[in-house]
Amino acid sequence: MIRILSGNEAVARGAWEAGVAVASAYPGTPSTEIIEEFARYPGVYAEWAPNEKVAVDVAIGAAYAGRRAFASMKHVGLNVAADAFMYASMTGTETGLVIVTADDPGMHSSQNEQDNRTFARFARVPCLEPSDSQEAKEMMIAAFALSEQFDTPVLFRMTTRICHSSSAVVLGERVEPPARVTRFPRNPAKYVMVPGNARPRHPLIEQRQEAIAGFAETCRFNRVEARGRELGIIASGVAYQYAREVFPRASLLKLGMTWPLPAQLIRDFAASVERLIVIEELDPFIEEAVRLLDVPVEGKSIFPRVGELDPRTVRECAIAAGLLPETARAPTLDVDVGPLPGRPPMLCPGCPHRAAFYVLGKLKVPVLGDIGCYSLGFAPPLNAMHTLGCMGAGIAVAHGAAKAGNPEHHVAVIGDSTFFHTGLPALVNVVYNQSPVITIIMDNRVTGMTGHQENPGTGRTLQGKAAPIIEFEPLVRALGVEHVKTVDAYDAAEIERTLKEFMRLDQPAVLITRAPCALLPEVRLRWRPLTINAEVCNGCGLCFRLGCPAILKSDVLDTRYRRPKALIDATLCTGCAVCAAICPRGAVLDVMPAA
Amino acid sequence: MKPLNFVLTGVGGQGIVLSSDILCLVGMAVGYDVKKTDVHGMAQRGGSVISHVRLADQVFSPMVPLGGADYLLAFEKLEACRWAHYLHRDGVAVVSDEAIPTLAMESRTPYPADDEIMSQLQQRAGQVQIVSAGSLAAGLGNPRVANVILLGALSRFVAIPAEIWLRAIAERVPPKVRELNRRAFELGRSLEVG
Repeated sequence: MIRILSGNEAVARGAWEAGVAVASAYPGTPSTEIIEEFARYPGVYAEWAPNEKVAVDVAIGAAYAGRRAFASMKHVGLNVAADAFMYASMTGTETGLVIVTADDPGMHSSQNEQDNRTFARFARVPCLEPSDSQEAKEMMIAAFALSEQFDTPVLFRMTTRICHSSSAVVLGERVEPPARVTRFPRNPAKYVMVPGNARPRHPLIEQRQEAIAGFAETCRFNRVEARGRELGIIASGVAYQYAREVFPRASLLKLGMTWPLPAQLIRDFAASVERLIVIEELDPFIEEAVRLLDVPVEGKSIFPRVGELDPRTVRECAIAAGLLPETARAPTLDVDVGPLPGRPPMLCPGCPHRAAFYVLGKLKVPVLGDIGCYSLGFAPPLNAMHTLGCMGAGIAVAHGAAKAGNPEHHVAVIGDSTFFHTGLPALVNVVYNQSPVITIIMDNRVTGMTGHQENPGTGRTLQGKAAPIIEFEPLVRALGVEHVKTVDAYDAAEIERTLKEFMRLDQPAVLITRAPCALLPEVRLRWRPLTINAEVCNGCGLCFRLGCPAILKSDVLDTRYRRPKALIDATLCTGCAVCAAICPRGAVLDVMPAA
Repeated sequence: MKPLNFVLTGVGGQGIVLSSDILCLVGMAVGYDVKKTDVHGMAQRGGSVISHVRLADQVFSPMVPLGGADYLLAFEKLEACRWAHYLHRDGVAVVSDEAIPTLAMESRTPYPADDEIMSQLQQRAGQVQIVSAGSLAAGLGNPRVANVILLGALSRFVAIPAEIWLRAIAERVPPKVRELNRRAFELGRSLEVG
């Protein structure tokens, strides 16, 4: 049977067909759908872990215990999980272990565009890179066999373009691998990485890498497509597709395994062509390895090392480098349309995070942010976030700034899921080392940005089972925070009162702003659009400062001040009434006027 | 078979991904190799969304090259302007007359007027078909079928029989709204071209 699957769906399908029993992940674009899809297959266990390190440890535990397992994450998740990833390379596992990383060239939804192939070289583990959905499925199955053959974790590198592109996939059946372990292994020389055991493991993983490099010479995912002699291209991932499209007459060495590299295959290919280039996204990862073989090669001198590639960029760069004639340039329409209004990412209408950011803007305090929907509090007109680096950073950055002697009140802002992810140890530090940091946990009862995933605070698991709800107030009190208050996230006045009260203290304090995401199905049922009384509105513009997409500038001008009155788009308004509460003239009505 | 490139665009939540899924099924049913790619940024709601669908004997890149789209299917007219440079000179633009406003505080650049949008589209497309998809869908009793009305309007320009489209739609929508979606497609397909 053939079905059109996205790259992420294909990875999940491959894992299922490979007989994977256990999977763990933390949501992160573009990887989120992999485990969501996998969790729907029969006979598997899949979970959301609180962070990627936990997810990789969980997968390692399952693979030690004799069941095939994977963990999936976005590229920066592997930074969090790196400690676990590195020891897994040292120990190996009893059964197949695959770590899926979804890199984000072009930073569609990430803070950087790191090339995680480097992690494969760093950890001495093989790296597989599919070029479409069919390959993603086949390679996922092969990854488990490879892992077991060489007793190594496998890094499975996806990119946004492969994750979120769809193409035909031939479906197969699930094959249950024979149970390899009946009892959890008692093998400290292999699994207890104290220095005395780790030292003899290191030469083994270096030898393992050489053996895998030998395997790479004949691996079916590394293949030569011989065409013209004039130009030879080495390409991997989606760049292979661009190479096929832009250079139909060039010979190609298509690398599906991009670490370790097949030295002889590369040398033979180089000898068969007159000019050798590498087309790869981001780092010159393959290119530098080829150069170390003393093989003349070009790559990043022609193609950019920044951002996502696309066929047009590849074509234009190739023309500039003389690889293609000027006549190869694609026709484009040179009509100047002038500027168009943008649609920048912004907090949704009715978002429960908006009121707190409005208050923080008013208080003019430094706000140390974190990763999630609420990251958008930085954007105009709210302008209420001043740093954002990675998951869990804000609380510790605030602590550091306070300890540096900055006399202002530092407010760290973090979402519910991100607090569980890496906020907890940072708050422990604030309590232990005592800084007057105010932490706002924006608890919207779900992991929002990645599309409504369950987390330890929601009461449900990935596979829909009821779970204990970990409540924030008792949790942070147990850590030793004395000043804790939970308020309705839409109550701007109460948020302001509480923050001012906390700012008078010289101690750690936690404000929990709580209201479910306005887009949750049960919340949508309660939407009730508001309206503006145009007789009363004088166009003061205060409500525009909320940055609510549902509040528009009317064509009607106030007669006295000649400024546009406000207008509410009833198709967008949820009735959260934050604008009604801040309107100085009481112009926002909570009932629709009779037609 | 002749390669066909489609670019679908609009604002998050308008049913663009569903529509590009349906186009893929249509292509597969007549024997094309099919690839599509969706580009949605960070916004859950209200962001610009673009989906590329490519049909050919063998498709390599899932992305339609700039200036390489045969069809632009726009669910919102400002988004039609934003992505019209994907069309080639003889390309067809099928555009909903729906306008979704941009943020009040940010609108230093105002939402373009209708005649400006039309003139931009006409400079870039060989043919422009404006469809009152929103009001037609409301007339059918469900604003959510605007996307299938647009698919119906698009189908007039594509040499693939209506039954194939209808089968793909039926495969991809829930059973209880199949009949509604069939009527939406027929309505879009029956619109006068021009």
